[in-house]
Amino acid sequence: MTETVISAKDLSLTFQTNDGPVHALKDVNLDIQKGDFVSFIGPSGCGKTTFLRVMADLEQPTAGTITVNGVSPEQARKSRAYGYVFQHAGLYPWRTIGGNVRLPLEIMGYDKADQDTRVKRVLDLVELSGFEKKFPWQLSGGMQQRASIARALAFDADILLMDEPFGALDEIVRDHLNEQLLKLWDRTNKTIGFVTHSIPEAVYLSTKIVVMSPRPGRITDVIESTLPKERPLDIRDTPEFLEIAHRVREGLRAGHAYDD
Amino acid sequence: MRKSLFPVPTVVAALFVIWYAMSVVLNAPWAYDRAKRAGVELSFSELVADTWAQDKPKLPAPHQVAVELWNTTVEKKITSKRSLVFHSGVTLSSTLLGFVLGTVLGIGLAVGIVYNRVMDMSVMPWVIASQTIPILAIAPMIIVVLNAVGISGLLPKAIISMYLSFFPVVVGMVKGLRSPDMMQLDQMRTWNATGGQQFWKLRLPSSMPYLFASLKIAMAASLVGAIVGELPTGAVAGLGARLLAGSYYGQTIQIWSALIMAAALAAGLVALIGVVQRVTLKRMGMA
Repeated sequence: MTETVISAKDLSLTFQTNDGPVHALKDVNLDIQKGDFVSFIGPSGCGKTTFLRVMADLEQPTAGTITVNGVSPEQARKSRAYGYVFQHAGLYPWRTIGGNVRLPLEIMGYDKADQDTRVKRVLDLVELSGFEKKFPWQLSGGMQQRASIARALAFDADILLMDEPFGALDEIVRDHLNEQLLKLWDRTNKTIGFVTHSIPEAVYLSTKIVVMSPRPGRITDVIESTLPKERPLDIRDTPEFLEIAHRVREGLRAGHAYDD
Repeated sequence: MRKSLFPVPTVVAALFVIWYAMSVVLNAPWAYDRAKRAGVELSFSELVADTWAQDKPKLPAPHQVAVELWNTTVEKKITSKRSLVFHSGVTLSSTLLGFVLGTVLGIGLAVGIVYNRVMDMSVMPWVIASQTIPILAIAPMIIVVLNAVGISGLLPKAIISMYLSFFPVVVGMVKGLRSPDMMQLDQMRTWNATGGQQFWKLRLPSSMPYLFASLKIAMAASLVGAIVGELPTGAVAGLGARLLAGSYYGQTIQIWSALIMAAALAAGLVALIGVVQRVTLKRMGMA
């Protein structure tokens, strides 16, 4: 039994700029089921981040409809249906790691005791227990990003939207965080929307890969992954993995991602 | 720290050498004049001794100022009208009141400018225009107008201080409250935070480094305002009054000691803000 969490129909978004209209999204159709791990991949300007921001009610579509948990993105945002992880950790330098994770809980009015247990639980989840009292500058970039994921997990949102969360990290740290993210997804059973421009990352993580292309931003292919849910890092050397990666590359080529 | 121990005394020593030399040069004509009338010839050592010990020198020597400072602070009762501590206290009270008023007004205007589009478009030009008017021109007006409505004493002087000190606070706080980037504001939006939460949890803490930089300038400006504010009130009390009275009667030593006192006061107040800044930012984990 599957339940549709996010559903976009003929979704378009056009930015009016001084150089004329920019079609960030054009007639995008996509359904995301509960528990899916969906990656959005494509070159810069393909609208993958814009799509994620529309889901989060940070941008308004100019045409078409989109529902999140069956309601409009605005209602979903107001009912705190999703956690959003930005490209940069964006931790507040004047708050400790614990204080940063606590921030959304304070804003949402959780009581003190509940805050404490939740902070502890999510810091455990991202393997940062013991760092609660540290300040962000005392942590490495990868640890900061993990703290920001913990922050997005601290409240009860079923959806996790991640906009190139590991884009600024080096590959070794990135591999490690990818592995952890998969474990976390498995344990929490959340629906994850994940923007990336790394093919291996998309293939490794996802149950569904959405290939997008620019000018106008649209979906060129949706690939259902055939990889098992249990994925050690060396699954990336299997023929099955390479097969999917190849199909992603084909999709990008079809969308002229490699032109000019 | 060790490295900074050497240059500072060197510079100070150099300044004293220049100061003493200049007081010889500037006070020499008067010494020659007097010697000529008395019909005596001055040797160089007599000349130097004379120029460093005149009653109303053009430029008093440092030790004369030091003696005057000692006599008017330690030797006099604080309640005495001739005590520099008394006058400093008068100036300090209007400086501090003006500083507090200016800070409150400055932060208030900055919040308005950041949150209200109409204020954003309209207030800043007026704030800048207010600072282009010479304070010396507007200070008597403020005293006269407030006196006409029955307000006199400390408040009019504090308002002149406020007039100078709110400006750096507005400019710094507008910048500080706008320092959170788009991402941080978007993030607040994803949590459906209220405007108040956004202000107290994000904008205000982000602005702290800007606030303290502004407060230091505001404090110095406030002291200038307080001194200027004492001039049109008839020079009754305060460091400004000492300066004015000194210039009426050619008491250059008195002027210089008041100047030094004002400088020390400003340095002390700014250093105090520096301490508060360090403690606050340290507790916030930002220093």
